[in-house]
Amino acid sequence: MTRFVLRRVLQSAIVLLGVTLVVFLLLQLVPGDPVRVALGTRFDPQTYEALRSRAGLDQPLPVQYASYLGHALTGDLGVSFRTGQPVSWIVAERLPATLSLAVTAVVFALLVAFPLGIVAAVRSGSAVDHAARVFSQFGVSVPDFWMGIMGIILFAGVLGWLPPSGYVALTEDPGRWASHVALPAVTVGLVTASILTRFIRSSVLEVLSADYVRTAEAKGLRNRVVILRHVLRNALIPVVTVVAVQLASLLGGVIVIEVLFAWPGIGRLTFDAVQARDYPVLQGAVLLVAALFLLVNLLVDILYARLDPRITVK
Amino acid sequence: MSEQISRLDAGTSEKTVFSVEDLTVTVGTRRGPARAVAGVSWQVRAGETFALVGESGSGKSMTLLAATGLAPRAATVTGRVRLLDSELTALPDDRRRKLRGRHVGFVFQDPMTSLNPVLPVGRQVTEAAEEHLGLTRRAARDRAVELLELVGIPSAAQRVDAFPHQFSGGMRQRVVIAMALACEPDLLIADEPTTALDVTTQAQIVELVADLQQRLGTAVVWVTHDLGVVAGIADTVAVMYGGRIVEQGPVDAVFDTPTHPYTRALLAARPDPARRGEDLVAIPGAPPSPLDLPPGCAFWPRCPVRADPRCEHELPPLTPVGPGHTVRTFYPGETS
Repeated sequence: MTRFVLRRVLQSAIVLLGVTLVVFLLLQLVPGDPVRVALGTRFDPQTYEALRSRAGLDQPLPVQYASYLGHALTGDLGVSFRTGQPVSWIVAERLPATLSLAVTAVVFALLVAFPLGIVAAVRSGSAVDHAARVFSQFGVSVPDFWMGIMGIILFAGVLGWLPPSGYVALTEDPGRWASHVALPAVTVGLVTASILTRFIRSSVLEVLSADYVRTAEAKGLRNRVVILRHVLRNALIPVVTVVAVQLASLLGGVIVIEVLFAWPGIGRLTFDAVQARDYPVLQGAVLLVAALFLLVNLLVDILYARLDPRITVK
Repeated sequence: MSEQISRLDAGTSEKTVFSVEDLTVTVGTRRGPARAVAGVSWQVRAGETFALVGESGSGKSMTLLAATGLAPRAATVTGRVRLLDSELTALPDDRRRKLRGRHVGFVFQDPMTSLNPVLPVGRQVTEAAEEHLGLTRRAARDRAVELLELVGIPSAAQRVDAFPHQFSGGMRQRVVIAMALACEPDLLIADEPTTALDVTTQAQIVELVADLQQRLGTAVVWVTHDLGVVAGIADTVAVMYGGRIVEQGPVDAVFDTPTHPYTRALLAARPDPARRGEDLVAIPGAPPSPLDLPPGCAFWPRCPVRADPRCEHELPPLTPVGPGHTVRTFYPGETS
């Protein structure tokens, strides 16, 4: 198991290295000169050159990359062109907001999708099944920002139960954090729940027709035992992947939702960095998202090996 | 004399463990109702082996699934089924489930798919005993080792925690048999248990079940299309075609004097070493679709005899042709 984990960590590190290279090169293709943007109306050729050489932008590309990588390894992701603050600090500051939104959204989605998907499959063709189908169709076809706006109008405007936007850190005030996270999390979570419901339904349905489920029924086990012990565990294996992909993509920040709810997360940060051509911040944000993505996948692989004994861990 | 006969009777006619009477199964499909099983009756006594023979789709498996309450939801089942002293068909689902788990063991066709891939085999072997006999997890584990030893799995104590994919096909089928025996059932239903195995393993599994049956006195229903197995282990046999039993009786009688044209064709289709190099005998045509059964004898479209014109439009009655030997035919006397 340890060797398996180590090997997967090493693989992830190599992928991450590739990500840094791609991000670094891609940014070279983006038109627009960050130093010019930073100087704005105060442009003069001497300051321009001085700033360029201070940022290392006059060096050849491989040197720039090597220097970037060397610093990144020590946790130094450079400073923002715009504010002069260290990138690692900026990114770290935004992480809790995105993390708490993503995790809350996924937990909400799981709480909805699991019971709904399982019941829809076990009682396929029933009213619950049809309701689940309508729900998931609704969730995947209605744009999330529209649902978000409707949520704000209803719960913040008409009913006045929840704040329309803004963020309070969980560590600062859990109660106010919860009231602020509820609307964006449910908005994002509904989409995830719709996707998951469909997936869980079809996965459970497939397992229900498996021979070993008939074997379990032949043994005269209670229905609940058949579903929990024999169906769910097998149906869960493919679902884990989908949950992980959903979680990973939410960890990358949900740009529209974060903008809509004034949620100071990674998505919002990325959006602002692109607009300002703040390369170091953008690189830092993308690097962080990639790292989170790899981490989630690593955890999923380990979870997989635990769920499915057929995956040999050597 | 009469006393002697009655004593003989008592010796041979053990208690009927399982009986099916006039069982009919209709499955609702998208293209209309399909009559999978029509008016099938048979019984099996303790220690006896009853073989249900027929080609794929003849209703063998459906008969057993429906009789034990395992038919798919789309199926409508009528008729009467008795297990020991209980009328299964009259019982609510929950009672039937308990009786089935406690008194009936199942061995299904494909051991590669009939075991849950993510549960250790030992756990699967005894979960029925935990449910129906109230065994604790610890006692169940000991029992699992015992059962795995009984079916001939080497180093059972170590293998009890292994997963199905760590066993070969034949070994998995042994695990399934151990599982079927966990509650010491009165009836063992083996639904083509050797079809998915290679020939040498087949023989081992057949022998194992026959041996266990002798030791435990279980009644066995063996579903198969392997007539060699039937001749070797069955006491009575029923040949099914198009959802009906066309011939039924003691295995010697049916094999020595096959009467229904289908039974005869089936027996003639067995490969014969004496006719090496010749083409294998096949029954021309295909079995009828349960969606569209002929009004008369289901075998009529493929029948090489067609000795009675009524066969086409009228269902032949089950007619006795010998002791315990009945045939669905209009012309019982014309056996050649």
